[in-house]
Amino acid sequence: MLSRAYRFELNSSRVPVGEPLLEIGDVSLRFGGIRALSEVSFTVRQGDVHSVIGPNGAGKSSLLNCASGLYKPQDGHITLHTRSEEGVARTHDVVAMPPHRIARHGVARSFQNIELFGHLTLLENLMLGRHIHMKHSLLPSLAWFGPARKQEFAHREFVEEVIDLLQLQEHRHAHVGALSYGIQKRVELGRALCIEPGLLLLDEPMAGMNAEEKEDMARYILDVNELRGVTVMLIEHDMGVVMDISDRVSVLDFGRLIGDGTPAEVRANPAVVEAYLGADS
Amino acid sequence: MSATATGVYHRSYRRESALRHTKAEYFRLALMIVGLLVTPYVLDNYWLSIVNTILIAVIGAVGLNILVGFTGQISLGQGGFLAIGAFSSALLYQRADLPAPLSIACAVVITAVAGALFGLPALRIKGLYLAIATLASQEIIVFVARRWTFLRDGSAPLTVDRLSLGSFEIERQYFEWQWYWILLTFAVLAVLAARNLFRSSLGRSFMAVRDQDIAASAIGVNITRAKVTAFAVSSGFVGLAGALSAHYTETVTWEAFTLDVSILYLAMIIVGGLGTIAGSVYGAAFMVLVPVFIQETVGAVGDSVPVLLSRVPAIEQVVFGLVIIFFLLFEPRGLAQIWQRMKDYIRFWPFRY
Repeated sequence: MLSRAYRFELNSSRVPVGEPLLEIGDVSLRFGGIRALSEVSFTVRQGDVHSVIGPNGAGKSSLLNCASGLYKPQDGHITLHTRSEEGVARTHDVVAMPPHRIARHGVARSFQNIELFGHLTLLENLMLGRHIHMKHSLLPSLAWFGPARKQEFAHREFVEEVIDLLQLQEHRHAHVGALSYGIQKRVELGRALCIEPGLLLLDEPMAGMNAEEKEDMARYILDVNELRGVTVMLIEHDMGVVMDISDRVSVLDFGRLIGDGTPAEVRANPAVVEAYLGADS
Repeated sequence: MSATATGVYHRSYRRESALRHTKAEYFRLALMIVGLLVTPYVLDNYWLSIVNTILIAVIGAVGLNILVGFTGQISLGQGGFLAIGAFSSALLYQRADLPAPLSIACAVVITAVAGALFGLPALRIKGLYLAIATLASQEIIVFVARRWTFLRDGSAPLTVDRLSLGSFEIERQYFEWQWYWILLTFAVLAVLAARNLFRSSLGRSFMAVRDQDIAASAIGVNITRAKVTAFAVSSGFVGLAGALSAHYTETVTWEAFTLDVSILYLAMIIVGGLGTIAGSVYGAAFMVLVPVFIQETVGAVGDSVPVLLSRVPAIEQVVFGLVIIFFLLFEPRGLAQIWQRMKDYIRFWPFRY
């Protein structure tokens, strides 16, 4: 159980648990002559921790970049499912949308190489995570008046809950460029959570961490998923972590999907063992 | 007051978002207000005219810093935008007979729109390439201002009538004194507006674009809109500076808005401190005062070293270059950072940190 009662929902997806949230269908991505992804298809379901694994250069990050709109695949479709407040199902064509529109539908992400706003404080970084929920009219901003000021305080309360959840209190006013690597990774997760994600895309959240930091990060991801109901799509190289926390695992090799299933199924899949896990895993 | 012997502890988000927190900060603010109120009574007309020039430069430098320091879009088009502000306000006031406040307000809007248009290249290019694109806008604007006879009075530069509004009119003998209060009001409002902008969500999205544009788009910032808005807001401030300079100097000529002016303003924000509002103020004051002090010094020693008298423009150029090199080498974060370090030194004394 969480140690305190939180006022705000983190999960903004109203799709029922187990229903498809993100459908990736026959996605192919080429950079010139290089085929980064070839006809990759799988489905991320609401409520899952869905890991994508594979050797370096297999196309994992490219796939994540397609899902958040930074890359546009030449073929295939990526469909995001949402529900309106009345429960009406809607689908969105992710390939056709620019990244900021995709974010507006609740797709949040972290980056493999930390991409925080280095000159701003941790608090400002997390407040920027609230960007899509805030108004940005010019004149009230210049006058620090009315809604411009009120919303700062309203959204600050949300941000403070994320700070509490990720135990970042002591760094609140530090410039993120000056924080340690492990903390910066946590801030990236926090900024993504401030979006109120329907789908959280994490690109190697535990890369370069020591065992203790990895445990912490795994715990935060599980808290976010199990207690707050956020669907997580995760790229990770640490097989111990992946097999422990994932509900579903997809395996890429040279841009092709070679395995997709529960951790136990994937571990038993000979193609996956051959390409990535190795015989002893 | 939320400050105690061990630090500053806030009890509400509202208090925390205030611009000043400690008694010392309020005391300094009070000192500054007293200083500004006393200034016109202790300075003679010559020095007051320099202060007025600084106040106009402050508005322009704040505007440029919003674009360059806070949004990370390098602009060499400052002079052109000043020109648009100056010419539009002068023409609306002089030829369309609009009252001065209205003509200045229109000039601000016109310059903002022009800035957004000339900022469109920023959507595709960054860094030095953008600098060259804005250099083109600078040259285009000055070219039009130079060749378009509509922007002149016959063969003479466009003159602007002495500022008047209803029964109020600037009087000749109180010229600098009255202008001081007008310009001070605008400069204070411009500085406050810029401070407010960067503690609210719109300004934060500008800084996000500066620091990491890809991450900014991934959290839902529309980069296109943020950049165009930044160009418009910045140009609005610059247009205000241009309009005020037109009414204050009472002549508008393209020669006052050449590339040199763009470079001078860039120097102001580099010397003052990129990405700080206070830095724009310090930088504007510094860069206006440097040539004045050179002239004063040369005037003082000119009798004994007469060769200096004829070399004043050259000396100005050399010092201008040296100052920029000095700051880039030794304090890239500018006067604002030096001031911050001085405050820290006193605050931590007798400890080092």
